[in-house]
Amino acid sequence: MDEPVIDRAVYAELRDTTGAEFLGELVDTFIEEGPGMLAELRGACADGNAERFRRAAHSLKTNGNTFGALKLAARARELELKGPDAESARDAAALATLEAEYARAVAELKALRNG
Amino acid sequence: MAEDSSRLLIADDNKVNRLLLSRGVELLGHRFALAENGRIALEKLRSEPFDLLLLDIEMPELDGFAVLEQLKADLHLRDVPVIVTSSVEGLDNIVRCINLGAEDYLPKPVNAVLLKARIDASLEKKRMRDRQKAMVRRFATPEVADDLLQSDFALGGKRIHASVLFSDIRGFTALLESQGPEETIDLLNTYYMLMFDAIGSHGGVVSQIMGDGLMALFGAPLPLDDCAGSAVAAALEMVELIEQFNLERSAVKKAAIRIGIGVATGDVVAGYTGTQQRATYTCIGDTVNLASRLEAHTKVAGHGILIDDATRRALGSSVPMQALGEVLFKGKAAAVEIFAVAAAQPD
Repeated sequence: MDEPVIDRAVYAELRDTTGAEFLGELVDTFIEEGPGMLAELRGACADGNAERFRRAAHSLKTNGNTFGALKLAARARELELKGPDAESARDAAALATLEAEYARAVAELKALRNG
Repeated sequence: MAEDSSRLLIADDNKVNRLLLSRGVELLGHRFALAENGRIALEKLRSEPFDLLLLDIEMPELDGFAVLEQLKADLHLRDVPVIVTSSVEGLDNIVRCINLGAEDYLPKPVNAVLLKARIDASLEKKRMRDRQKAMVRRFATPEVADDLLQSDFALGGKRIHASVLFSDIRGFTALLESQGPEETIDLLNTYYMLMFDAIGSHGGVVSQIMGDGLMALFGAPLPLDDCAGSAVAAALEMVELIEQFNLERSAVKKAAIRIGIGVATGDVVAGYTGTQQRATYTCIGDTVNLASRLEAHTKVAGHGILIDDATRRALGSSVPMQALGEVLFKGKAAAVEIFAVAAAQPD
């Protein structure tokens, strides 16, 4: 069976410890902040700035883990550990995968919040 | 002291993390402030008091490692407990945090139960340290207290050049008989407050209190440029404060009190003596014995402040004094020259 986009146990624990209303706000914040982090990652990649690249990937990894978006977190962690490629074009595929994973996570988080 | 009065600073560059941590802290009943990077965190720590710092490592401008380094080097902030909350990769990075003085490391996402346990434990440790500091500060100036706390009260001594001051209240036994115990304790408390002020303001540290007498050190544990000059300046201020105190006492028809002070300068062996459970900072040696003899001799000599030759030589001609010749003290092989400082204070 495929790994779920959002790990329900992680999400449920987060809701239980912080409260449903707060979790809704937290999800909204992630949805607001996510595009900025992805843009930062792309920008750092284009500039070949390893420090910014690593930090942006690290942020996405941490947030992914927080919400139980484990696949998103795993992709981000790979980038964090690897750092930007000397040829930025070579990171394009990895970034596209990460963005797709982010979009899936956001869609499911929205559904969970409203459900 | 109440747990809910604790105030925490949360430093994290990621908004989701900041919100989540502040929610956790809020649910534990604590107050908090937020910082978006290490630089802002240090600014806040330097301008307002915090009981605990929750610190992220990966941050722009100034990262968590740099914050830990700066806190460690800052005398006023080194005791703020820090719990690192991060998902930084690599065990070596976690070890580095601990080596830099972090109290604890919590991996993100932070587990709420662990967060509570770690915060509670760190705050309790801080409360204990604060109590210990407050106790030390009763006996020493803040500078000396910091030095003592920094050395972690290591037992053991070292030989240092210092001045030793002894003082006590003349005719205290007679005074005791003429008044009730409550009044005596009141008197002693005021007396000690005045004496501690005078000693502390000249860089000295009170090492022992014995009834109405006390022993103070100048030049230990912190070196002083002019330990003899500081000790004598403190002695003069002590006499002056007692004279002011006597004016207040005479206004309510109470007898004046007189003090005698002895100061000697030389090498002493200073350090903590005792056990790990109960230790006191003190010093021993001929200089200490001589200062004690000089203080006792003030009764015989009819002078309020007596000093030895080494103190006199260190003072030069800056302080008016009177040579009283040689005296053979009990326990001393040879007679020593003694000198009276400033105005005579008759018994």
